[in-house]
Amino acid sequence: MAHDTHDHGHHHHDGGHSELSETALRVKALESLLVEKGYVDPAALDELIDTYENRVGPRNGAQVVAHAWSNAAYMEKLRADATGAIADLGFIGRQGEHMVAVENTDDVHNMVVCTLCSCYPWPVLGLPPVWYKAPPYRSRAVSDPRGVLAEFGVRLPDAVGVKVWDSTAEVRYLVIPQRPSGTEGWSEEKLAGLVTRDSMIGTGLALTPEQVAS
Amino acid sequence: MNGGQDLGGVHGLGPIDPEADEPVFHAEWEKRAFALTLAMGFYGQWNIDQGRHARESMHPAKYMTSSYYQIWTEGLIKLMLDTGFVVPGEVHLGRQEVTPRDLHRDPVGAEEVAAILMKGGASSRDLDTDPKFPAGTRVRAIRMNPEGHTRLPRYLRGCEGEIVAHHNAHVFPDSNAHGKGENPQHLYTVMFAARELWGEKAPANDFVHADLWESYLVPA
Repeated sequence: MAHDTHDHGHHHHDGGHSELSETALRVKALESLLVEKGYVDPAALDELIDTYENRVGPRNGAQVVAHAWSNAAYMEKLRADATGAIADLGFIGRQGEHMVAVENTDDVHNMVVCTLCSCYPWPVLGLPPVWYKAPPYRSRAVSDPRGVLAEFGVRLPDAVGVKVWDSTAEVRYLVIPQRPSGTEGWSEEKLAGLVTRDSMIGTGLALTPEQVAS
Repeated sequence: MNGGQDLGGVHGLGPIDPEADEPVFHAEWEKRAFALTLAMGFYGQWNIDQGRHARESMHPAKYMTSSYYQIWTEGLIKLMLDTGFVVPGEVHLGRQEVTPRDLHRDPVGAEEVAAILMKGGASSRDLDTDPKFPAGTRVRAIRMNPEGHTRLPRYLRGCEGEIVAHHNAHVFPDSNAHGKGENPQHLYTVMFAARELWGEKAPANDFVHADLWESYLVPA
């Protein structure tokens, strides 16, 4: 993909766009200022970055999904009290205070968006990808979800209804994708390997055993 | 406000173009902008709704063409200027010109970060009054033309839907964003048929849900 032709602020390459270099300088000046004024501790900044760069991410959500696929009682709890069920696996806190799990079935596909900003369930998915926060997805996820899904390579039969969840309040949604066939008897760890970030946003499906093998 | 942030249904913004194996951050400055925003937020001098309002106050043309961490950076600067943490010359030069605010506490240290993140900040509140709308009630989102912050997007205003869930009462962003109190209200998930929002060409089996506060809704 030709990311270097983007015009909405992606920054995949060094020495990009001058406006981004200006931003880099502005942020650098800001950090110097806030450290000089004694407002922030640089070690705390490093800790915040490390938390979301290396420790909190979609592998957490994949554990939740794999456990739900494997354990009917847990799936029931997830339906009734997703915040509590997710906390049972140790995933709690900021941007996951009020969780709801929405389950894909043979008849319904769920997809999550925040048209007004970038609301996303951090404890289970980490920080959102650029496209989730950018205008193209936020504008069309509600008005043309099937067109959006096609851009992600997902084509749903007409008989499958699409339910879009616009995160307009502090409730955060986690999509529980359908368990792929051919995974009977798999361990939770192996199942979690099929659960992609996009499948938990609803812009993808869980991987099939064939996709993982290839 | 009817600003650049209210994007539901806007046309012409281009392809989504997801990036394969996307890194969490694309540049060092994004990491620092992210962490500075959280660290300054820990002082509790503004709430999440004030934070969102600061970002959406950006000119719509600029909002739509900025990356999200650029929006965060400008939002943070606005919040810090509004609350007297910094003055404009300092932001420009990156050097202290006026005495720091006395916050009667040290900045959050690295060892405190995990506990703060795990604690989060619940927005649900207990309320003595009962919710007005049981599940299954047909409701209509009000029409409004708000100058301030709201979480009722334009594409839902005036449209009819059905209550599918109640989520206790939650802090009301429209007042909280302006320092006018939490004023918690009952919060509902409302399901709208895609055809109600987008017309007859939309598939009959597609629906959009939004979480809406009681005062955004009237009986249909």
